[in-house]
Amino acid sequence: MFLNQFLLLSAVLFSIGVYGVLARRNGVLVLMSIELILNAVNINLVAFGAFRASVGGEVFALFIIAVAAAEVGVGLAMVLLLYRNRRSIDLTQIDQLRG
Amino acid sequence: MNSLLTLAATVTETSEGLALGITEGGSWFLRNVWLIPLVPALSFVGILFFGKKMPRGGSELGIAAVGIAFVLALLTGVAWVDHRDNFHGDEVHVAIVQVDDHGADHGADHGAGHESGHPSLAVHRTTTWFQTNGVEFTVGTLVDGLAVMMLLVVTLVSLLVHVYSTDYVHGDRRYTHFFAFLSLFSASMLLLVVSENTLQLLCAWELVGVCSFALIGHWWEEKPNSDAALKAFLTNRVGDMGLLVGVTVLFFAAGSALPGRFGSFSIAETNALANSGALSHTTLVVAASCLMAAVMSKSGQFFLHTWLPDAMAGPTPVSALIHAATMVVAGVFMIARMYGVFFEGFQIGGSSINLMAFIGGLTTIVGALLAFVQRDIKKVLAYSTISQLGYMVLALGVGAWTAAVFHLFTHAFFKACLFLGSGSVSHAVHSFDMKSDMGGLRKHMPHTYRTFMIGTVALAGLPPLAGFWSKDEILVGTGGWGLMGGTGGNGAYTLILGMGMLTAALTAAYMTRCVYLTFFGEFRGHGEPHESGPRITGPLWILAGLAIVAGFFNMPKGFQLAPESLQERFGHFVEPVAGYFPAISHATPSWSLAIVSTLVVIAGIAASGWYYFIKVEAASKAAGTSLTELPDGPTTKYPLARMGHTLLSNKYYLDHFYNGIVADGTKGPVARMVNRINQDVIDRTVDVVGETAVKAGTVVYEKIDQLVVDGVVNASGRGSSGAGEELRKINSGKVQSYAAILFAAATVLAGVLIVIV
Repeated sequence: MFLNQFLLLSAVLFSIGVYGVLARRNGVLVLMSIELILNAVNINLVAFGAFRASVGGEVFALFIIAVAAAEVGVGLAMVLLLYRNRRSIDLTQIDQLRG
Repeated sequence: MNSLLTLAATVTETSEGLALGITEGGSWFLRNVWLIPLVPALSFVGILFFGKKMPRGGSELGIAAVGIAFVLALLTGVAWVDHRDNFHGDEVHVAIVQVDDHGADHGADHGAGHESGHPSLAVHRTTTWFQTNGVEFTVGTLVDGLAVMMLLVVTLVSLLVHVYSTDYVHGDRRYTHFFAFLSLFSASMLLLVVSENTLQLLCAWELVGVCSFALIGHWWEEKPNSDAALKAFLTNRVGDMGLLVGVTVLFFAAGSALPGRFGSFSIAETNALANSGALSHTTLVVAASCLMAAVMSKSGQFFLHTWLPDAMAGPTPVSALIHAATMVVAGVFMIARMYGVFFEGFQIGGSSINLMAFIGGLTTIVGALLAFVQRDIKKVLAYSTISQLGYMVLALGVGAWTAAVFHLFTHAFFKACLFLGSGSVSHAVHSFDMKSDMGGLRKHMPHTYRTFMIGTVALAGLPPLAGFWSKDEILVGTGGWGLMGGTGGNGAYTLILGMGMLTAALTAAYMTRCVYLTFFGEFRGHGEPHESGPRITGPLWILAGLAIVAGFFNMPKGFQLAPESLQERFGHFVEPVAGYFPAISHATPSWSLAIVSTLVVIAGIAASGWYYFIKVEAASKAAGTSLTELPDGPTTKYPLARMGHTLLSNKYYLDHFYNGIVADGTKGPVARMVNRINQDVIDRTVDVVGETAVKAGTVVYEKIDQLVVDGVVNASGRGSSGAGEELRKINSGKVQSYAAILFAAATVLAGVLIVIV
């Protein structure tokens, strides 16, 4: 099995996701980057599941997809409300919780 | 139950043992007599919490509870009548420490003294109350004829008084409170009469005292009422100390006579031990004298009787129930209950004078004389109660146990009838003063007048009403009547017989005076008196009916006019023939004594009647107004009579003695000494301690508090404020910088994980 290739792919995807979360100012893009991180994890789970010949990995991945759908639904709703209230979805401008 | 099991085990181990005269068997009603006090106790709680919301202010609950208790008491009475003659269960025995010599001869005369016949076994039931250090204290019930009789009297009089009170205290500001305390009183008194041990008896004794205090002071806003309540309570405390000491003495005395036991509060065991001679005579004298102090305060015996007339400050139904029919006889009941101790302690058998009989005899005369000088109708009855209680104690003192208990029984009815009658009168004329506000009421209040007359005749002791039978038995029981065969009591108490006779005449005379001043002559008060309602006259007629018939329960043995099956019924069912009861002898009734005592009563009535109904009546006609005494009576003519009257008016100066000499004499020097101790010893100590404490405090404040404690506190405060100042910079509010910290931390943790694993 070529486990390494899958892990590398997932590591690359994860890193792109982290970069997106940290660097992008657009809220929608940040959400998309979070999806990338989650999918990197999914690839890892499926790869380990296939490697160990158990369905546990796939089952776990399916749960994560379902939860991710819900998460992105909530996230997009928040972005929509942000836009309605502030006419902007730039995350760097949202800092009312500064200490 | 453990103690019962050990008792039972003792029986199997040693065939020889002291027979207590009690059994653990018996029918359901006799074994479950604890229900009777429980019902009014629950009613007390119910009235206290919900009484104000009820349509009749809680009185319906009180009446229902006492009614249930009365029905239960009746059923218990029926069960006892069957049990007394037909029970053949096992008797409880207890092993005792053998005494060298006099145990044997006591045992012998114990057996011989008893009348033949089926013994009565009291029904005994206990449960553990608490346990301490291996000694077990029990509560329970001891049901015999005495307890059953008391249950009936208390529940019946209490029920009638409840009904009467719904009218009498109608509209009172503390109506609910009144009925709550009546319930509590009934429960306490019922608990007292079924008590199995002296500790339980002591608790119930104090409880009835508290109820008495609360009810005397029912209208406490007026100073004399709350003073009277306090006086009653404090006077009773004096005697209660005696009870406490006596009970304790008996506890340890019984313990020393019972192998393997630390002590015993059990009434049956204590009495049986006293009867068997297992307790030393000295112990019994001490215990009986201490208990006698309790009787003197609770049952108003001379010289601790002074609280009872003052207790009339309470509402009249309370006076009838508590201070005439039930609570004040608790002392008499206690003597009857602990009779083994008293009988042996005062050596009643074969004597001709003893402390108890003398106190009783003195009280009965002293009380009767005081009744002559009272203006207040309730005070007349109160002194009469003292006098009659003295009669009961006198009877117990001469060994006429059944006669005393029977007098308690009949007295409860006719005295309650008289008290409730006086309440009915005062309800009509709004006063208790016979001289200024009464007179001529027989025309206005026919029911009250007739019932009061019945009560008066019963109290005076004319045949065939109740008082005659019980009084006659007491006189017979003194054993002092040597003429024509009337003798054979426990001793020849001739002096006591004389005191009893004198009181019989005095009683008849003061009651004639009371009846004349209240019901005859012309009305001297204001307004138009009217007869009371049916809730007042109903109980009056029931009690008057009982005052007529109650005497027939115990017609003397050998009385030719009654069939033999009706003679001595009360004595048969009430007087125990059992190990816990001493071997008393019974006097022979005598026609001559009955006739002489009746003549004495008639002489008393005649003397008083001649003065009031003839002389005062004639003087009234001459003067044109209704007089209450002759203008030139004996007190104006003879200095000796005037001195006697002054002495009586001042109640033998006993209150002056208590307040002026005892109380002031104690409190003056004591107060001065206490003041000196306070100033010189306690205050000085306190001052020194205080100054030292101030100095030490200053040092502690300056050195430790300011430098060490405050330093630590300030440093930690400054530290956390500085740290907060630095850390708040991280908190930028930007989501992405938080995410960066999150990822960085995760990376560090992942690195740590790799290094460790």
